[in-house]
Amino acid sequence: MSTERTITLRVNGRDEQASVPAHRTLLEALREMGHTEVKCGCEKGDCGACAVLVDGMAVDSCLTLAWTAEGADITTVSGLGDLNALHPVQQAFADSGAAQCGFCTPGIIIAAKAIIDEIPDPTEDDIRVGLSGNLCRCTGYTKVFEAVGEAAAAMREGRSAR
Amino acid sequence: MYVPFELEMPSDLAGALHALSAAEQSKTVALAGGTNLIVDMRAKRERPDRVVGLGKVGELRGMDFGTARISIGGGTTVSDLLRSPEIAEAAPSLVESARLFAGLMVRNTATVAGNIACGSPAADLVPPLLSLEADVTLASVSGTRTVPLDEYFLDYKRDVRRPDELITRVSWPRPPKASVNTFYKLARRKGDAITVTGIALTLAAEGGVCTRARIALGAVAPVVFRAREAEALLEGHVPTPALIEEAAASAAAASSPIDDVRASADYRLHTVEALTRRLLSQAWNALN
Repeated sequence: MSTERTITLRVNGRDEQASVPAHRTLLEALREMGHTEVKCGCEKGDCGACAVLVDGMAVDSCLTLAWTAEGADITTVSGLGDLNALHPVQQAFADSGAAQCGFCTPGIIIAAKAIIDEIPDPTEDDIRVGLSGNLCRCTGYTKVFEAVGEAAAAMREGRSAR
Repeated sequence: MYVPFELEMPSDLAGALHALSAAEQSKTVALAGGTNLIVDMRAKRERPDRVVGLGKVGELRGMDFGTARISIGGGTTVSDLLRSPEIAEAAPSLVESARLFAGLMVRNTATVAGNIACGSPAADLVPPLLSLEADVTLASVSGTRTVPLDEYFLDYKRDVRRPDELITRVSWPRPPKASVNTFYKLARRKGDAITVTGIALTLAAEGGVCTRARIALGAVAPVVFRAREAEALLEGHVPTPALIEEAAASAAAASSPIDDVRASADYRLHTVEALTRRLLSQAWNALN
C-alpha cells in the first residue's frame, strides 16, 4: 500500500485532483489546491476557522484526513456564493457588520449554513449551541448571532437579504 | 508535520477487524471521528505506522430501541445522539452531555466509542453512560466480549481494550419509570470547553424511598468513576436533606482530583460536594 496517491476531491461542484499522502488533512489539501478561503487556525478542533461542509455536514477540515473525503461533496464558503451573488448567510453577515478582521468568518458562515439547514427557525440558544465550535478573537458574537437569525429569516421568506 | 503513516479504509466490520488483527505488533490504530487521534498524531503523542479509518464501516452505526435495552453502534456520533428523540427519552443525561460537547463540527464527527476509548477522565459521554449502567461490546477477529463500562477503565488513559479490538456497541437497560437521569457539566464556558467537574445521576424511587442511586463523576480522578459509598447511603432510604448532605460529602471523599490549568484540586472537591448535593436534591424533588 502506498502512502501517497492521486485523489479526486469534489470541491464546490468541481472535481479536482491532487497527489496527497495519507497523513495530509483535508485542510492542508484544500489550501494546497488553492482554496485558501478555508482558514488554518488552531489545527485541533477548537476554533472552527477551517470548517467546510462534507455532504452537507459541517466538519473541521483540520481533523479530517483528505483521503476520507474522496467521493463526498465538499463545500467551502466560496461555494455558497460570490460577490456577484451572495448567499443569504453571506449577505446577512455583510448587512449586520458581523465581521471584524474576518479570519473566523468563513468557518462561522459554514457553521451558520449548517445550523439553518437543520433548524430553519433557530432560537438564540440553537444559534449559540450551533456556533459553540467557532471562535472569534476580535470582537464578540452579538452581531454574529444577529446575522444568523436574519439569514434564517431571509431564507424562510425566500429573500436574499434585509 | 505528521509522522507519515499508511491509511486503510475498510468497507465493513470484518475488514476493519482483519486490518486491526496484528495491531499490537504493527503499531496500528483505529481512527473513528479523529477529533482526539488526529490532534495527538499532529502533536506526535501518537505515532502509528498504520491507521484504519472506520468511516465506511456501516455496522458501527445504527441504534436499536428494545423494550428492555437500548443499544447504539460505537460509531454513533455526538450529533446523532442529539437528533434522536428516542435517546432523549431513554438517556436524558447523555443528551444533556452531548449538547455541551465541544462544538458543532466536533460533535458531527466525534463518536461514542471514541469518547470511551480515549480514556480521558474528562470524556463527557462517560459519566452519563456509567449512570445508566452501560455495557461495552468489544470485537476482534477472535471473537466478541461484553464488559460493564464500570469495569472498562483501569487507570488514567488505560483500559481493558486490546489494540486489536474495537468498541462495536454500547448498550444500557431502559431506566425505570419513576426515575430521574441527569447530567451537569461545570466548565469555564458552556461550549467548546473541557470539563472541570462532571456529574451524572440516576435516582429512582418507590413508595417514598430511594430504590436506586447511581452517581458518576468525571474529571475528578484518574478515571470516571461511580461514588459507590454515596450510592449505598441513599439506596433503601428516604433522601432527607441530612442524608443528601452525607452522600455529597462521601462523593467528595471518594474523589482524587488534580490541580491543572482549569481548576485547583480544592475547587474540584468543593464542586463535587456542591453539585452532588444540588443534583440529588433536584432529582429527589422531581420524583416527589
